[in-house]
Amino acid sequence: MPSVDAQSPGHFLPTILLLLPFFSALIILLGHRVLKNASVLISVGSSVICFIASLTLLATKGAEGTVGILKFIDIEGMSAGIDAMIDDQSRGMMFIVTFIGMLVHIFSMGYMKDDEAKPRFFGSLSLFMFSMTGIVLAGNLVMMFIYWELVGLSSYLLIGHWYEKASAAEACKKAFLTNRIGDFGFMIGILILFGLNKGDLNIDNLQDAFVTGGPLAEALKNNPGIITVAALCLFMGAVGKSAQFPLHVWLPDAMEGPTPVSALIHAATMVAAGVYMLVRVSFVIVTPLAAETIAGIGCFTALLAALMATQQADIKRILAYSTLSQLGYMVMAVGAVAMVAIDGHAAHGAHPGHPAMFHLYTHAFFKAMLFLGSGAVIYACHHEQDIWKMGGLWKHMPITFWTFAIGTAALMGVPPLSGFWSKEAVLGAAFDSGCRVLFLAGAATAALTAFYMTRLLVVAFLGKARTESAHHAVEVPLIMALPLLLLAVFSVFSASGVFSDFLQAMKPEHVDAPGEGHTVLWTSIAVLLVGSISSFLLYKGKDKDPVRIKLFANKFYFDEMYAVMVRIGQDGLAWVVTALERILVDGLVARLPTALVARIGAATRMLQGGHLQGYTFLLGAGIIAVVYLVVFVLPRTH
Amino acid sequence: MSVLEIVILLPVLAALAVLFGAPARAASVGATLVNLIIVLALSWQYAAKGSTGLAFTHAREILANPAMSFSVGADGVSLILALLTAIVMFAAVWQIQDRPAIFYVASLLIGGGALGAFLTTDVFFIYAFHELALIPTFLMIALHGHAEPIERKKVAWKATIYLGIGSLVLLAGLVWLVVEFSEGPHLTFDLTALRKVAVNSPLPIEKQGAIFFVLLLGFGTLVSLFPFHSWAAPAYATAPTPVAMLHAGVLKKFGLYGLLRIALPLLPQGANVPWVQNALLLMLLGNILVMGLVTIRASRLDETLANSSVMHMGYIFLALAAGSEIALKGAVLLMFAHGVSIALLFALTGKMRNQLGTLEYSKLGGLASHAPAFTVLFAFGAFASIGLPGLSNFAGEVMVFAGSFTGFKGVLTNLHWTVIFALWGVVMSAVYMLRAYRSIFHGSATTGLFMSDPVLPQRLPLILMAATLLLTGCCPWLLLNLLKGALAAG
Repeated sequence: MPSVDAQSPGHFLPTILLLLPFFSALIILLGHRVLKNASVLISVGSSVICFIASLTLLATKGAEGTVGILKFIDIEGMSAGIDAMIDDQSRGMMFIVTFIGMLVHIFSMGYMKDDEAKPRFFGSLSLFMFSMTGIVLAGNLVMMFIYWELVGLSSYLLIGHWYEKASAAEACKKAFLTNRIGDFGFMIGILILFGLNKGDLNIDNLQDAFVTGGPLAEALKNNPGIITVAALCLFMGAVGKSAQFPLHVWLPDAMEGPTPVSALIHAATMVAAGVYMLVRVSFVIVTPLAAETIAGIGCFTALLAALMATQQADIKRILAYSTLSQLGYMVMAVGAVAMVAIDGHAAHGAHPGHPAMFHLYTHAFFKAMLFLGSGAVIYACHHEQDIWKMGGLWKHMPITFWTFAIGTAALMGVPPLSGFWSKEAVLGAAFDSGCRVLFLAGAATAALTAFYMTRLLVVAFLGKARTESAHHAVEVPLIMALPLLLLAVFSVFSASGVFSDFLQAMKPEHVDAPGEGHTVLWTSIAVLLVGSISSFLLYKGKDKDPVRIKLFANKFYFDEMYAVMVRIGQDGLAWVVTALERILVDGLVARLPTALVARIGAATRMLQGGHLQGYTFLLGAGIIAVVYLVVFVLPRTH
Repeated sequence: MSVLEIVILLPVLAALAVLFGAPARAASVGATLVNLIIVLALSWQYAAKGSTGLAFTHAREILANPAMSFSVGADGVSLILALLTAIVMFAAVWQIQDRPAIFYVASLLIGGGALGAFLTTDVFFIYAFHELALIPTFLMIALHGHAEPIERKKVAWKATIYLGIGSLVLLAGLVWLVVEFSEGPHLTFDLTALRKVAVNSPLPIEKQGAIFFVLLLGFGTLVSLFPFHSWAAPAYATAPTPVAMLHAGVLKKFGLYGLLRIALPLLPQGANVPWVQNALLLMLLGNILVMGLVTIRASRLDETLANSSVMHMGYIFLALAAGSEIALKGAVLLMFAHGVSIALLFALTGKMRNQLGTLEYSKLGGLASHAPAFTVLFAFGAFASIGLPGLSNFAGEVMVFAGSFTGFKGVLTNLHWTVIFALWGVVMSAVYMLRAYRSIFHGSATTGLFMSDPVLPQRLPLILMAATLLLTGCCPWLLLNLLKGALAAG
């Protein structure tokens, strides 16, 4: 096995990162009845080793390259293997995935202590780690798609962990199917690039094919429309995975899964994979239409989800809508950066100072922390998730409260916490794009974020306990508190120099344009104050929600609209098509020959007696007879 | 006697032995196991040597003019299909429980017929072996199908008529082909000889298209090409489990094999004639979109699986329409993958039917809590059939799609649009499979009927198929290594 030196990233670490969780999942799947609780140790152990491996990988800073790990398809004209692409971006992302993954594994040892299906849970968690490291390392788009679908599977299994509950069973199905719609587009995008780039889907080579006048640059010159289509199709994959409008509906329902899963998969890593992929292939976003569409969808999702979040009562759902909104932020940043690059005729691509990636990094820590914190609350309140049935928790659960407060402050963008810097970077990108609407909507989203997070904190943690279960809540055990504390440290510092250099998630350099002043900075501080103060005054000491906006509470009725669309567009169409198939195909194509043969059959019944057995034998014999005639008679008549 | 002749004859001899009173289960399981081992060894040898073209050839002349001989030989395509047959046949006879000996005999004859069709290289025998395999299929549906006697006879009757007429159309096409390729009064049925003629003096393109179309209708009916598919769904839903496994999994691939083996090499331009290609694209879209929607409407598991099996044939026809090497290799992978996954699903369905007595979604639920191992095995089949990466079908599908986009110039043609619609079909497969999975396995354990996991020996053939799906899904190159130099365009 080649050793890891400064120049070559080596095979060893990526192989460990990819295969260890796979074997962990496989062993648990095959042997969980024998292993019982040992499967927990296998899964947690593999996550710890992966974390150490990713730390070692961070130390190889500077070494870049793609190394082949396993063969997959390798034929003339199409070669797609399991290749690890190591660069600063994948190293940084790998740290996030394995670090939060490990903490979630540890937290789950406490949270899932009494669950009967613990081995299944930890097996699926390992499967997820395997799939997610695959996305991070993916060196070509086929591999990206493979792991893309596999995270979908592990998400399906984990959302449906309590499959006996109808709501969980429906939610996991919905998540998988909604993602499939996104993947439909993703695959078309991949196929277009496959065709245009003559079968080469290696991400580095694709970028070269744009930059150094390869076939993709040619296609862009001759037919920019198809490049726009390709970019938007790839984006559709991200729309599904990162739950952007109009495919956002699955993420809130995914909260049916155990809370540690929500923290890892549906907040910190998998849903961010859409953004990661988009940044990875952002060299394809070279047409204004594509860039503007992406920025627009991101911005719209951010605002829409923030509005929905203001009226939810379920603690996990508030966080879920908040995640949607923050993902919208990241997607908006991808679009905005592309818009700037197109305006400046500059080639752009994945680089460590990308605002979207920067926000992805900081968000991963504080959102995972908030979800684990909500898990601690739910655990302490005996599976109560309604914030109006909580209250006064700060007294009973000080660690949870203070860490949750830090996470909230980071999410709202209180300076100098991590979230402040990354949010400012995103708003800065929106500002630089020159599109006022993006910037204003981004600022409005920031105000709403401060509003709904203050509401959550005030209602759930401050004031007096409103129910018995909240009154008797006690602090969670150390095994659950420890991940909270660690994540809180990262929530504070992850954007500051040493940390972000270490993570290779550098703060983007925002250069103030002349005459711009500090618009972005002052705007973000102003909206923070407006949002949080108004919310604090409104919700302080309240026992029930003083504001009732049905439209927001009911999520703009998207679920209902989609239900109607599915009923008409799919089930209705299926009904019509099935009826037509029965009548036309079965009626005409099937009946005619049947009737014909039956006539002949009736005429010859005396010979055959009408028995099917006899008939089949005669048919076989008849065919052979025909062949015989053809073989022996035809040649002679030639 | 050559090794391939042994492979073909072994199941037939075992069937005869059972008919003459040999212990049915021991003889069948033994013969199919030996067969599986031989085919595995042959495939391994073929790949290890890096062979291309026909290997293990052997011929016995039967007639001088028309030249006809019992000639056997295998290349990568036939080896992959023989492997599929051997695996499914072994699993099918193993999973038979408490049934009369005729179940074993029929399974062996269907499997043996399929092996004969895949491993002989004389057009006459390719055709004749397939017909041989069809007869026990019809009989078993009529005699032992899962329906009232009148109903199952109707189903068998319909399948017989369809496949009979399809076979006759096919025969007409084959005769036309052989006659066109004959030099003077000298006729030959030998595929290698025919291929030489095709290379040296190809037919005019329009004529190629016409013959290809006739062969497409003939072979297509056998593969349930839309709109000649309506025999398939009721036949699979009614057929006894081993017969459904073998027909949907293996024998149905014969039509596709014939198109790959006979039509494409002899009429290389046939599928490129615009009217033929457009007709094919329309028909395969019928398979994918119409049957996809019909499958969504299904209210019983056997109905879902039977219709989905018709639907999935559309993807293989797509590869034929694309015609590129990547797509055709993908089609071979997909034939193998579909065969194993549908056989696994039909085997599991048979177990459910035996234990529960019903397959209606509305009556089922929560089986995952009763029968976890059964659930995992079903998940393997279901997720393979919706093209989840890591399981067999994905690599084949993605190669078919990618192969349809080779040489893409930035303008979407009919073929590319068809691929896009076909991709939507992948979404539809997920819809009906996950709906089925949801209503059978998820939900409260108390809402459904009770069912227990099959005992370990009964689980083995199922595990074999699931493991095959996983292995070839993670390492599709294992199969692709067999296809070196095969199916090259032009």
